[in-house]
Amino acid sequence: MPADFISSLFVFILAAFLGFELIQRVSPLLHTPLMSLTNALDAIVVVAAIIIAGRHKTHVSTVLGLIAVVASFSNMVGGFLITDRMLHMFKSTKAKKQ
Amino acid sequence: MSPASLQQLIDFSYIAAVIGFILALKWLSSPVSAMRGVLIGEIASAVAVAATLFDPQVTHYKWILIALIIGAGIGVPLGMVKMTAVPQRTALSHAFGAMSASLIGIAEYYVGTPHLTKFEMAEIGLEVIIGSLTFTGSVIAAGKLQEILPQRPITYRGQNIVSLSVLATALALMVVLIFHPEYTHLFTAMVVVALIFGIMLVTPIGGADMPTVISLLNSYAGFSAALLGFVLDSKVLVVAGALDGASGFILSVIMCKAMNRSFTNVLFGAFGQVKVSAAKSTEERVVRSATAEEAAAILSAANKVIIVPGYGMAVAQAQHKVRELYDSLTKRGVDVKFAIHPVAGRMPGHMNVLLAEADIPYDKMVEMDEINGEFPQTDVALVIGANDVTNPAARNDPSSPIYGMPILDVDKARTVMVIKRSMATGFAGIDNPLYYLDRTLMLFGDAKGFVGNIVRELSGGAA
Repeated sequence: MPADFISSLFVFILAAFLGFELIQRVSPLLHTPLMSLTNALDAIVVVAAIIIAGRHKTHVSTVLGLIAVVASFSNMVGGFLITDRMLHMFKSTKAKKQ
Repeated sequence: MSPASLQQLIDFSYIAAVIGFILALKWLSSPVSAMRGVLIGEIASAVAVAATLFDPQVTHYKWILIALIIGAGIGVPLGMVKMTAVPQRTALSHAFGAMSASLIGIAEYYVGTPHLTKFEMAEIGLEVIIGSLTFTGSVIAAGKLQEILPQRPITYRGQNIVSLSVLATALALMVVLIFHPEYTHLFTAMVVVALIFGIMLVTPIGGADMPTVISLLNSYAGFSAALLGFVLDSKVLVVAGALDGASGFILSVIMCKAMNRSFTNVLFGAFGQVKVSAAKSTEERVVRSATAEEAAAILSAANKVIIVPGYGMAVAQAQHKVRELYDSLTKRGVDVKFAIHPVAGRMPGHMNVLLAEADIPYDKMVEMDEINGEFPQTDVALVIGANDVTNPAARNDPSSPIYGMPILDVDKARTVMVIKRSMATGFAGIDNPLYYLDRTLMLFGDAKGFVGNIVRELSGGAA
């Protein structure tokens, strides 16, 4: 088994456990924004897409990479935007009275 | 700057991004700090993207910039959709995320073949299969939520066997490719079969199971990104994918628990279709109905009211009228709260977002476990467009198909009012004994119209 696989596996296990702990603390009130925010964070695959498209190895890989840049970057922009809009709507009684 | 130190700088920016992602999720735990969480997530992502543009491997900028502009051009309208369209938008974003992960895996295959090691081929194969099935599955889910496709489950005899053999075919092709990565046509076939499996996976699932399915697809999309991180040896993808995958997984578990069902049951059970024979014993039972005027009189005499919203409220777009009702009751000194069942609506937290959009303060939205103890001291429980999540049969009728599902105990309130179009059954196709109780008043009509009428009666009474 390659060494980089083992180190990735370490990172994966740690991140998954951390994710479980963090997400269990998110109030059910915010489960919809949670989903849109994790979606936006997950759109970080755009960095891989940029490299695949930008290193220009074959025409096929460049075209596939560019499509992936479009799809993941739209997720990043759209995901943050809608999470932001949703969270702006959540107000408590106290905030309303002010 | 030397290439080595440039690479280090890029790596450090990815580490900074990972810290940002973790803080973003941490701060999402409360509505007070959540805005800060989004901001740090945005900064983290921007840093990572900017750093990547300086990567020495990137030599062709023009098309990348064009692709980023197009992506932003698609992303902005998708970020500005109406709140009622959020479930289908979310399904669509799972589709986009899974599609990019899958396409990058496919590109890696074509760049690497035929020199891929068995291990690399296995990683790519698995990643592309999960990414592809999540892509088509999410597209189908979005189609159902947008009501382009029928929301009811589409099933046929032997469906599960057919679906599972399609998945087995994709995996078998992957195994052959591990030993013969040069068979590019088999790779194409594997992708196509995985895409077909995604369609077959979601088509039989009905509308009310969407909260679970959308969470599962969320989880798959995350894990496919993490697997891509393994393929590319990119730790930032591994972390982001693991966090997203864990989030989707937890949400699916919560949704399954809230329906008292297992994953396999949701995925292969096709709920709501075969249940017709189960509850046909309904003889003509009497229901009491009331007018908006009578309902307004009872509500204005109450001290404590709990409103139970369901998917019907979303369909009727009644949330703003509900806010007017909330305002006019609160003004009269009535204590009004909202009881939120975890699977009310079409995605986790759906009702909260709709109510928040209508300006209802979030501290008035109470989860099932917290509010159930309050129903016995409640004068009126007003059910708007919810059905199965209020069905007492889940608690006391072992023969009921939904027996064991946690429900909101609305039947314990002194008076129950149910706004409903007709006596038609809910998604599970089960009769609801709640409607025949002596303390229950049926308010027949469209949710938006009826709530509007109650509000008018209330303000008429005040004048």
